[in-house]
Order: sequence, then structure tokens, then C-alpha cells
Amino acid sequence: MNFLRRQLPLLITFAMGVVFACQYYVPHPVSELLLTTVTKWLQIIGGFALVLGITSLFHLHAGKIRRKEPGWGYSGVLYASMVGTILVGLGYSFSFQQWILGKETIDGVRTMFGWIYTFMMVPLQGTMFAILAFFIASAAYRSFRARSREAAVLLVAAVIVMLGRVPLGEYLVPISGDATQWIMNVLNASVRRAILIGISLGAIALSIKIIFGIERAYLGGGRE
Amino acid sequence: MPFETLLGAWVATGLTLFILTFLYKDNPLFKLAEHLYVGVSVGYTVVKTYDTVLVRLIYMPIAEQGEWSLLIPIGIGILMLARYFPKVAWLSRIAFAFIVGVGSGLAIPRIISSFILKQVEDTVRPLFYAVEGGGVTFTVDLMDPASNLNAVVLLIGVVSVLFYFFFSVEHTGPGRAVARTGILFLMIAFGAAFGYTVMARMSLLIGRLRDLIVFADPQYGRPSLWLLLTTIGLLILWTTRQTERSPDGS
Repeated sequence: MNFLRRQLPLLITFAMGVVFACQYYVPHPVSELLLTTVTKWLQIIGGFALVLGITSLFHLHAGKIRRKEPGWGYSGVLYASMVGTILVGLGYSFSFQQWILGKETIDGVRTMFGWIYTFMMVPLQGTMFAILAFFIASAAYRSFRARSREAAVLLVAAVIVMLGRVPLGEYLVPISGDATQWIMNVLNASVRRAILIGISLGAIALSIKIIFGIERAYLGGGRE
Repeated sequence: MPFETLLGAWVATGLTLFILTFLYKDNPLFKLAEHLYVGVSVGYTVVKTYDTVLVRLIYMPIAEQGEWSLLIPIGIGILMLARYFPKVAWLSRIAFAFIVGVGSGLAIPRIISSFILKQVEDTVRPLFYAVEGGGVTFTVDLMDPASNLNAVVLLIGVVSVLFYFFFSVEHTGPGRAVARTGILFLMIAFGAAFGYTVMARMSLLIGRLRDLIVFADPQYGRPSLWLLLTTIGLLILWTTRQTERSPDGS
């Protein structure tokens, strides 16, 4: 039993890791088919992972409602909107005489599910991200004061890019457009490249540790 | 004007204003919109996943093409759900082992190829170009990312930033100068990323404000105007009640 609980998962990780690391170097139709198949499999398994996440969300808010914690009504709103969207998205539409099954439009006509997307999700998502502009600006005011040379450089770069991204900025400071292009395509690209190389080296090291069973945190703790 | 569009205009305006009330302070209207957002987003994801995974990746291939091998990932996926049953929770490890193993195996060669070798190849470019008939040329066009001058700047940036993050060598002497150059590049990049993000958010805000202006039109029944007044009224009411409950305003 200990083998099934501890050694078997490590063995599966090792076998899968080695097989798919080698797959890249085998230019054969069978190898390509293996990659296509496993990619599809991972998408299917990912769907089950979503079930785990949603169940966890349900559990959390059900607890809040059961215990009548402060703000439990909002959990009810969350439940209602989630279940409502699912029912509308998967349910039967009498006006279209067919099952909606995630279709936002049918023959060019917007479904109720499409209505939820257009008039609820898009405004909510857009505004939620838009208000971050105010908080970023407020945080910037507090932290960007040019206390050191490095902070001054950061501030100047940020101002140039902000000016260069809008027509008014280019009108006021004509060089800001070109300067922004240069900062983004050359200076920013070089830093991103260096960071990407560093992250990649770390990811490879982590993958090797996982394949050889040195890193086991993904298996979780517990008595089993 | 169709009723669904009219209703949509009122709902979209109301939700936009409710979220914007957070600029004043955290309040019940914002919380309502926030929880609606989470609920609708999760519901939307569930519906889309059902369509993509259950219908297109599982049901259609099995029912129409007889791809019974798909029962294997279904089985692995079901093993994941074993986490909810303590006695057999260990079975979920098999599913995680499969996903993590495949992911790690796929990552190694692809990361080396795309993120290391390709990035190094693009960084280490010729500093001079040979011209026909002998001699070399050095292009200094800053606007051309492929010019020789930009190639030098890119090389200095990549090497200095990598050196800054290389802690096995003490940053003293010439190393200190290189690390300082790396910091300079990092600061410029962070500033650029910040400016870029702020402007992206501004663009979203302009989009929302544009919708509010459009929905202020009489053909929609002026929802922007009425709902703005209602929202302000509700906020005043809520603040008054809060102040009455705790006179010190805390």
C-alpha cells in the first residue's frame, strides 16, 4: 500500500517527465501523435481541476451562509449569479427552440447568455480593472518621489511612456512617441530578455527536481 | 429600441457605477457588484468549460469517432476528485503526478529552445555588418531595433541585468559598475512597465466612461443620470447610517 501511495506517483512523474522530455527530440509521426493526444488529455483533466476549484468556492460560501457570518448575503448573491449564469448558459431557450449550450449568439441574434456577457461581465470586468488606474496613480504619487537616482530614472521612464502612448502626449512632447518606442523595443526588451533567461533556468531546474523526485510538494502533505 | 438592450443599458450602467463607488470607500454597493462579478465569471467559465471539454473534447470524439481512449484522461480526472474522500484521497496524487510529470517533461526542451537559446541568439548579434567590396558598416538608427547601436545596448542590458541577479560573485570593483548598470536598466524597464500598465487601465476607464456617456442618451431613458443620482443617494444614506452607528466615524 505504501508503494501505491508514495512510490507510484513518483514513478509516474519520472516516467512521464522522461518520455515527454525525449518526445521533443523524436521527429516521428508517432511522437507527434503522442504530443497531440496528451495535450488533449491535459485539457480534459484541466476541466476536472475546475470542478475542484468551484467545489471549494461553493464550500467556502456555503459555510458563510450557514454560519450567518457578516456579509453572508453577498455569498447568496454570488451563488445566485453563478447558478443563474450556468442555467442560462446551458439551459433550453424557448425563443430559439433549442439548447443554448454556451452559445452567445444564434443566427446573429444575442442569446440570454450573450446578454449576460455583454451587459454584465464586460462592464464589471472593465470597470474593475479600470479603477486600478486610480490606485496605481495614488501609489505612484507616494512611492515615486525621486528620492534617489534610481527612483528618478524609473519616474522619467514612466512619464515618457505615458506621454508617448497618447496623442496629446505626442502633441505636447513630439519626441515622446519615438522615445517610448525605443524604451519599449530596446531597453525594456533587454531587461525582459534577461529576466526571461533567469526564469527559464529556474523553471528547468525545478522541472528536473520534480522529475527526479527531489521536489515533492505537488503531492501534498498529510498522513497518506 | 429592443427591451433587452434597454435593460442591458440600465444594468451595465448600474454595475459600472457600483464598482466606481469603491473610489469613495469600500461599501455595500461595491461588494454587491464585486460578488456578482465573481459569480457571473465563474458561471461563464463553467459553461465555456462544459462546451469545450465535455462536449467538444469528450462527448463528440467518443460518440462520433469512437475515441474510447479518452476514457483514460476522464479516469485520471476523476481520480483528482478523490481528494474529497479522505480514505482514498491518496488516489488524487496519481492524477497530480501525471499532470506535473507531463508538464515538467514538456517544459524542459521547449524552455531551452524558445526561452534560452532563442533569446541568446537574438541578443548576440553581429556588432558590424560587412559591406560588398570590403569594409564594415555600423548602423546607429535608434528607431530600428535591429540596428547595430541597439544591438550593443541590448547586449549591455541583458548582460548587466543577468549579472545583477548573479549573487555567486560579490558585486565589488568592476562588478559593482556592471551591477549598477543592471539596476539602471531594471529601473527603466519597471518605469516603462508601470507607464504602460497605467495607460492600459486608462484606456479601459475611457471605455467605461464612453459607455456611461452613450447610456446618458434619452433613447435609453438616461440610465447614467438616474443611476448616478440613485448611487450617490444610497452612498449618502449608507454613510449617514454608518456615522449614526459609530459617532466617532471609525
